[in-house]
Amino acid sequence: MAFVPSDRHLLRAKDLADARYFEPLRVDDLARAAWLSRAHFSREFRRAFGESPHAYLLTRRLERAAALLRGTDRSVTDICFSVGLQSVGSFTTSFTRTYGVPPTAYRALFPPASRDALIPACVLRAYARPQRRTFREDNGAVRREYGDDSVDLGGLDVQDRHSAGVGA
Amino acid sequence: MFRIATAQVWVHDQDEALDFYTKKLGMEVRSDVTVAEMGNFRWLTVGPAGQPDVAIVLMAIPGPPVMDSDTAEQVKSLMAKGFAGTIFLTTDDVHATYDELKGRGVEFVEEPEERPYGIDSAFRDPSGNNIRLTEVREMANV
Repeated sequence: MAFVPSDRHLLRAKDLADARYFEPLRVDDLARAAWLSRAHFSREFRRAFGESPHAYLLTRRLERAAALLRGTDRSVTDICFSVGLQSVGSFTTSFTRTYGVPPTAYRALFPPASRDALIPACVLRAYARPQRRTFREDNGAVRREYGDDSVDLGGLDVQDRHSAGVGA
Repeated sequence: MFRIATAQVWVHDQDEALDFYTKKLGMEVRSDVTVAEMGNFRWLTVGPAGQPDVAIVLMAIPGPPVMDSDTAEQVKSLMAKGFAGTIFLTTDDVHATYDELKGRGVEFVEEPEERPYGIDSAFRDPSGNNIRLTEVREMANV
């Protein structure tokens, strides 16, 4: 078998953390990917990459969580689990230590995701058009109020006007 | 000049698509926003980790009044038959990527095969959309 530099095995562990951070990965799993014992792995990883595998995996997850806080409207709990962390309490603690503010405060520093989502005009136009459940012309209301000659009165009720805000 | 920023595919179910594109293919969520004022329209985009300026919109097929029921049925039918569009992905090592994706249960319809332009394979997303995965041959080596 060809000689493989040991750092190549460590890189495999690092790649695993980068690619599969959203799974319930632990340092043990990374050590297994590098074919090393846990203690030896942690030491070697730090030598090769300058930080512990635990710190690397955690910061990878926190970076993703920060991106999801900025780019989505998902809840903090949902984001915590979707980056592979199991406890909202420790997530909040690690996040706060890393970014200086708790997740919700971090999110508040940026424009709301819905404003920042760059939903294109064509989509806005199509989806924000007020939805008319019934046409008054169809149920006789128009005739009663305005006479038979009325053609198009919009048919919007007050509730529809409120929900039409985005497209305006 | 212009650049490609975002392209759209129709999907049968956004949650199912999200799971597939992120957990199986390993893409990142770029945007996931539900807008109440737009009838709970969900703008959901994903992209490969190494390409932050390109994203794919995973778009649910709407009902009336955005799309009338007949048209929606036609789009669903085209999608189920695999004619609703294709995404072309490239990779440096198609065999390695193929093994990785196959290991995660991705349904390949074409195994990696030599073509004049490189080594090409194809799989489907859960909605039936065609996705090609190609290791493009360096033109200097042709």
